[in-house]
Amino acid sequence: MNFEQNMTSYQIDLLKEAGNIGAGNAATALSKIVGEAIEMKIPSVKMVSFDEMIDLAGGPEKEVAGIFLRIEGEMKGSMFLILSLSQAEAYAKVMTNDPSFCINTLPLTDMKLSALRELGNILSGSYLSALSEFTGIHLFPTVPSLCIDMAGAIISQGLLSVSQSGDRAVVIDTVLSSPGIEGAFSLQAQFFVLPDPDSFERLFLNQKAEYHD
Amino acid sequence: MGIGDVKVAAAPDKIKTAGLGSCVAVVLYHPYQKSAGLLHIMLPDSSLSRSPIYNPGKFADTGIIELIRLLGYPPARLRAKIAGGSQMFQYESTEDTMRIGPRNIEAVRQHLEMFQIPITGEDVGGSSGRTIEFDPSTCELHIRNMKLGNCII
Repeated sequence: MNFEQNMTSYQIDLLKEAGNIGAGNAATALSKIVGEAIEMKIPSVKMVSFDEMIDLAGGPEKEVAGIFLRIEGEMKGSMFLILSLSQAEAYAKVMTNDPSFCINTLPLTDMKLSALRELGNILSGSYLSALSEFTGIHLFPTVPSLCIDMAGAIISQGLLSVSQSGDRAVVIDTVLSSPGIEGAFSLQAQFFVLPDPDSFERLFLNQKAEYHD
Repeated sequence: MGIGDVKVAAAPDKIKTAGLGSCVAVVLYHPYQKSAGLLHIMLPDSSLSRSPIYNPGKFADTGIIELIRLLGYPPARLRAKIAGGSQMFQYESTEDTMRIGPRNIEAVRQHLEMFQIPITGEDVGGSSGRTIEFDPSTCELHIRNMKLGNCII
């Protein structure tokens, strides 16, 4: 299926809804971890060039903490949780209960790294279990892996399988944030889900079946 | 310059590409003519493309041919500097895309050898991102690495 030309607004809405349900579940999980209310922006579904995809994460040289996993099973794809360094630091402080934590003092101790990895585990797990339930497709995520580096170097890993089929990627982009008090620190996290092009057929097939039921 | 791009430049212009991970940047330059070209590949071989129409700059084999064509010099006059090919994420997977960095490096070396283009400098492998800038007037490749610091090759 040539998804670049054949994507209908109905299909885009379906992907949006999938992102909505997944990120909504992740927002609940995040709210429990940090003990604060978490808001979710309406997900956007975009067809982007590879460079545009990297710009969505802050630009090729922006230093970020990226948690990456591959979605395997009936539908394949890549998933990222992207945090700015200050956000990653804030989460690790909350999770390890250690206010002295500073991400600039590399290398990070195992404790801090595993706190961030655990955050990735929980959020991606809750996102994907909701997504799986909504689509009726069995998903098997790989163990999330953490990397703190340039956004271009991190995001390009998720573009490799997409690049075998074309020069553009479909991305479901969701931002979670805590509203915070004015002037106070606000937590933020950005999810990207990049389905592999040959997975769309499978995804939409299931939805169509349900739609006609 | 972005992913999959192939471009040429002459002094005093410089060419730059940012945020290389498993991708490899290939600089081909003419040491006396002060002109150079840059290529930012993602995958080792165009046979990996599932579509018959593709951007040649995404692959090591077609990208190097395209870059030589754009430069317009006999390949034997050219020199190469390469950077990138990291493995950003360490984990177990059955998918080949996880070891793509080393495969990209290998493919680039092979194709440069095929055209008898010597590699005069390289900063490849490891597990960190790189931003590179090549200056055709000095033939220096400046590399910025967030974890290991900067270097010039």
